[in-house]
Amino acid sequence: MSKFTRRDFMVSAAAASAIPLMGASANAAEPLKVAFIYIGPVGDYGWTWAHDKGRKELEAALGGAVKTSYVENVKEDASAIPVLRDLARQGNKLIFATSFGYMDQVLEVAKEFPDVRFEHCTGFKRAANVTTYNSRFHEGRAVTGTIAGKVSKSGVIGYLGSFKIPEVVMGVNAFTLAAQAVNPKIQTKLVMIDSWFDPAKETAATETLANLGCDVVATHTDSPAPLQFCQKKGIFGFGQGADMSKFAPKAQLTAIQDIWGPHYIARAKAMIAGTWKSEDFWDGIKEGAVQFAPYNASVTADAQAAANKVIEGYKAGTYDVFTGPIYDQGGTLKVKAGEKLGLGDLATIDWFVKGVQSA
Amino acid sequence: MNMTFIIDALVTVIGITTPILLAASGELVVEKSGVINLGVEGMMLVGAIAGFAVTFETGNPWLGVLIAMLAGASASLIFGFLVLSLGANQVATGLALTIFGVGLSSLIGSNYVGIAIDSLDSPFPDDMAHDAFWRIVFGHSPFVYFAIFLVLAIGYFLNKTRAGLVLRAVGENDFSAHSIGYSVIGIRYAAIAFGGAMAGLAGADFSMVISPLWAEQMTAGRGWIALALVVFAGWRAGPLLAGAYFFGVLMALELYAKASGFAIFPSQFWAAMPYLIAVIVLAIISSRDGKGGTAPACLGKPFIPNG
Repeated sequence: MSKFTRRDFMVSAAAASAIPLMGASANAAEPLKVAFIYIGPVGDYGWTWAHDKGRKELEAALGGAVKTSYVENVKEDASAIPVLRDLARQGNKLIFATSFGYMDQVLEVAKEFPDVRFEHCTGFKRAANVTTYNSRFHEGRAVTGTIAGKVSKSGVIGYLGSFKIPEVVMGVNAFTLAAQAVNPKIQTKLVMIDSWFDPAKETAATETLANLGCDVVATHTDSPAPLQFCQKKGIFGFGQGADMSKFAPKAQLTAIQDIWGPHYIARAKAMIAGTWKSEDFWDGIKEGAVQFAPYNASVTADAQAAANKVIEGYKAGTYDVFTGPIYDQGGTLKVKAGEKLGLGDLATIDWFVKGVQSA
Repeated sequence: MNMTFIIDALVTVIGITTPILLAASGELVVEKSGVINLGVEGMMLVGAIAGFAVTFETGNPWLGVLIAMLAGASASLIFGFLVLSLGANQVATGLALTIFGVGLSSLIGSNYVGIAIDSLDSPFPDDMAHDAFWRIVFGHSPFVYFAIFLVLAIGYFLNKTRAGLVLRAVGENDFSAHSIGYSVIGIRYAAIAFGGAMAGLAGADFSMVISPLWAEQMTAGRGWIALALVVFAGWRAGPLLAGAYFFGVLMALELYAKASGFAIFPSQFWAAMPYLIAVIVLAIISSRDGKGGTAPACLGKPFIPNG
């Protein structure tokens, strides 16, 4: 429905362009125009909300030196191409595409606009004017997995995913491996709902997992609906992308918070300074890109200690959840004892670890 | 696979089916009067934010439900004015209503992101739904009971009451109905307002029961499924009820199969399933012309008296 996205774009661009006109000093340099395309609505209170928070932090930090706009609800199909093209023609010099499925569209448009810089979130294809950036969310998943392993009484944990893409697969694996590290009997039941944002289906899937005996349900979709269901049912979950404790104070054990602002600020500054170049960013707990909401009362002292150990391990560089031996679902040894899965392997991972039950 | 498990699964099915059933029931009445309103998704979203906002501000969910219905009806009357009084194209106007509803609900809703309310739960005392079996009878939100009552009442209304027959007459042959003295425009206005109210109610089910929060476009396309369902049911209330639950069972089946690790079909097949069914159903409908269960004859045509 490109009609919505075009409309939203016009509104936000108009709003963004109106402000700097007021009281702008005559000799101020032309502000850097920065645009964002989002997979969901900015009001999802999850993934897109976190990116938009980063955009606002960028505006706050650089003030009149930047002018930002965004287009929300851009589908991960060919319709992203005209949106990107329009943004480039509007004079945006730095464009952030914030979902995996924009990967090839970004590369195609980047070829047509060599003087525009693109940054693609969570992808793995780069070009001279295309940077990729990501967060090591799997580190966060290792922390929540540790807590889930400690808190679960049934030993069966649910995992609500969106699509079978590397970003989701590595999260499922990190979560399961970390849970198994504290409770070797842990089984993860995985449901992919083929959508990033569909509160009704997310709720139904969480209900399904709860009915199948899961007492902790982790989510990799974008709304707080699953947590609300957990709260109602008396089971546990984790906030995804943002602190969702307001929706489910008892159910949210902690939340993985995505912190994008520092990256957006650094990259806009690099553009202004003329030092921007194509790179591959992959920040994590250590750099502050992945942070946690406070533990709630159901996270026992024992679970807190175990989770903190993982966090400290990542900060110190002494811990990696993807350290072998790691077996896949069929029991084949994929990573030998003492070896690790590198970021390069993770970026294209398409197999689940032993203990993950998926269809 | 024990009894409790099946009941739990049925509770899931009923939960996801209800808003579709509500919206589709309303649209059935609208289409029976000869008007097609493609704005269901937009009206649902307007109802969703209205119900949520009023419940949050006043703490009274029943007031929220009432305002959600009024909001849906008001949105539908904009459509009604354009297509009935001004004779605008119904398909284009309906699509515009959806776009309007998406935008308006996002605008109003921007102040309500990140807030939760208590869900509107079963009207029966908890201990009545304690046992697994009784949960299926007493364990639902008021929306569930109302939706089933609604579709049965509409079936009765359309087939057994004089007013229902008049409504159908307006949808089948507007000039004849007009010539014997019925107000075609007035009846269609009433049908459109009713459809809007039911779409608003369906939206409130999303924002007050299924996931008691506001998120932009939280209905995620269910309005389109409701529209498809009316066609699927051949514009009849009984098949509408069955069809809605059929969709619900399919979705629950998908989730249970995936969560249980039964790779009955690959994930892509599940994703394609609703479209596949839609194609099959449309093929069946187009082959049964003249045998009942077809579209009202005046569906989508503007009525201009003496025109």
